[in-house]
Amino acid sequence: MAIAIALCLLILVSALWLFSFHAEIAPIPQPADGTFGAEIVARGAELAAIGNCDVCHTREGGELFAGARPVPTPFGTIYSTNITPDPDTGIGNWSEAAFQRAMREGVSRTGQQLYPAFPYQHFTKVTDDDNRALYAYLMSRKPVRAPAVHNEIWSPLKFRPLIAAWKALFFRPGPYRAEPSRSAEWNRGAYLAEGLGHCGACHTPRNALGAERAGRSYTGARVEGWDAYALNSSAAAPVPWSLESLQTYLQSGWHVQHGMSQGPMAGVTGDLAAASSADIRAMATFIGGQLNSTRAPAADLRERRSGSGGEIYEASCSSCHDGSRALPFGGVDLSLSTALNAPSPRNLINVTLVGLAPPDGHAGPIMPGFGGAISDDQLAALLAHLRARYSDKGPWSDLSGEILAARRALKNGRAGL
Amino acid sequence: MSIHLNVNGQEHEVTADPQTPLLYVLRNDLGLNAAKFGCGLGQCGSCTVVIDGVAVFSCVTPIMLLQGRRITTVEGLGSIDNPGPLQRAFIERQAAQCGYCIAGMMMRAHALLEKTADPTDAEIRASLEPNLCRCGTHMRILAAVKRAAVLRHESTFQ
Repeated sequence: MAIAIALCLLILVSALWLFSFHAEIAPIPQPADGTFGAEIVARGAELAAIGNCDVCHTREGGELFAGARPVPTPFGTIYSTNITPDPDTGIGNWSEAAFQRAMREGVSRTGQQLYPAFPYQHFTKVTDDDNRALYAYLMSRKPVRAPAVHNEIWSPLKFRPLIAAWKALFFRPGPYRAEPSRSAEWNRGAYLAEGLGHCGACHTPRNALGAERAGRSYTGARVEGWDAYALNSSAAAPVPWSLESLQTYLQSGWHVQHGMSQGPMAGVTGDLAAASSADIRAMATFIGGQLNSTRAPAADLRERRSGSGGEIYEASCSSCHDGSRALPFGGVDLSLSTALNAPSPRNLINVTLVGLAPPDGHAGPIMPGFGGAISDDQLAALLAHLRARYSDKGPWSDLSGEILAARRALKNGRAGL
Repeated sequence: MSIHLNVNGQEHEVTADPQTPLLYVLRNDLGLNAAKFGCGLGQCGSCTVVIDGVAVFSCVTPIMLLQGRRITTVEGLGSIDNPGPLQRAFIERQAAQCGYCIAGMMMRAHALLEKTADPTDAEIRASLEPNLCRCGTHMRILAAVKRAAVLRHESTFQ
C-alpha cells in the first residue's frame, strides 16, 4: 500500500517535472591528442582517484573507464556507461559544458535524465575547476568502443522522466557551502568527502526509494554484501582513529592498528593511492572529526614497546611465537619456555643462535637460527626483554658474558656460527 | 627512518620501517630480486643471503639488525655477462628446475665455500640442509657445489 501511494506520488511529481526539460548540448568533434595540458590532466587524474570513477566505470577485466560494470540496486541492475572519449559509445563528443552539466545536474549530453546510481547528489558539489580537470583527464584517455549494456531494472523505471520526480524529492543541486567555523583543511576535506569522494553513497543508509536518508549521514549501511561501517563516534574500530592512521589507511589501504580495507572499500583505497597527499590529509581531517567526536585520541601502540629488545622480538620472533597456533605449527608460547625461566640463559642463547632442528628422521617443529643476523648486543637486549616479559624470575646477571661464551663454544661445532 | 645498508659492496641509504625484513628491502627498494619470498618464516631458505660471511634467512631478519653489516646476494656473485664461478657451476650442472630455491641454495653454498674451500659431500649436505627444493634437483645442486669449488680454485689461479 505504501509503495502504491509512493508510486502515485512519483507519477504526479514527474508530470510536473516534465515541464522542466533539458535541452541537448551540441556534440563536438572528439578532441585531438594534446588538446589538454599535462598539468591539468595530472590534476584530473588525482581527482578521478578521489572520485573512484574507475571503480564503477570499469567492468571486471574490462578496459579502463569503458563501463558495463553491473551496479546492483534494489530496483535491478544498472550497468555503468562508457566514459572513455570514444565518440560513438563513450563521451568523445561531449563538450566540457555537457560534462559539467552531467556532474552538476545528472543529465546526459542529449538531455536525458541519468539514474542516481551516478552519484550526482554528491558530484553537484564539485567546482567548475575540478570538473574541468576531470574532463581533461577523461578526454585524454584511450578511447574504447564499448556500447552501453541495457539495464535490467523494474520496467516502469525505464521511463526516465520518473527520475525527474526522484530528483524533485531528493536531489539538492548546488555547490559545497564552507563552514566558516572550521579550518580550511577541514572544509577542503568535507568538500572532497561529501562531493567527489561520495563517501556517503556507501556509508549513509538509503530509504525505500534509494536516496540517502537525510539526518542519517555516515551512520553506516550494507553495500554489496559488505557492511560500510559507521563513520561517526559509534565506529566499530577498537582503537580510535587518529589523523595519521586515517591518512595512512586511506592512502595505502591498511593500517597497523586497523587492518586492511576490504570489499568495495578495497577499490576505493586502491584509487586513493594516486590522490594527492594534501587532499587525503584533508579528507582524513574531515572524516576523523566525524569519527572521534566523542572519543579520546589513540595512544600509539608502537610507543608501548619496551626498547630495542621488544622491537627485535616484534620483527623477528612474533610471527611464530605470538600466533595462537600450538606446536608444531606455531612457536611455543614463551611464557611456557623452560629455557626462558631457567637460572642460566645458556640454552636460550644457543637456541636463538642456531635454531631448533626436527628430530632426526621424524617430523617435528623447527626454528630458524638467528646467529648470522643478530649481534651480541642485540641478542642481549632481546633476551633481557624476553626474560622481563615472559618470566617472573629476575633478570639474568651476565647475559653478555654468556653470549660470548656460547658463541665461542658453538663456533667449531656448527657451520654458520 | 633511514638505515645504511652495505649490499654487494655498495652503500645504500634505505628509508623504511626498522622492522622491515631485509628481503623486502632487497626486492622492493633496491631492485635485487634474486632472493625469493618462500615461506616468510625462515623455514624454506629461498630468501637466503649472506651477512658477514654467514647464510641468513632474509625474510625474518629486520633491517634494524643490519646497520654496518656486509650483505651479499646472488647479484654480488657475478653478472649475466660475467657470471662468477658459483653461477657458472650451477649453469654447467643445470642445477635449476623451477629455480625458485636456487638463489638461496647458491648463497648458502657461497657461505660454505668461503669458509671451506674443498668441502666433502657430507659437509655440503649438512650445510645445505636448511634449504628446501620442491622439484627434487638435490643431486644436481650437490654436483654444482662440488663443481663450484673446482671453478673457484681455477679462477683464483688465473
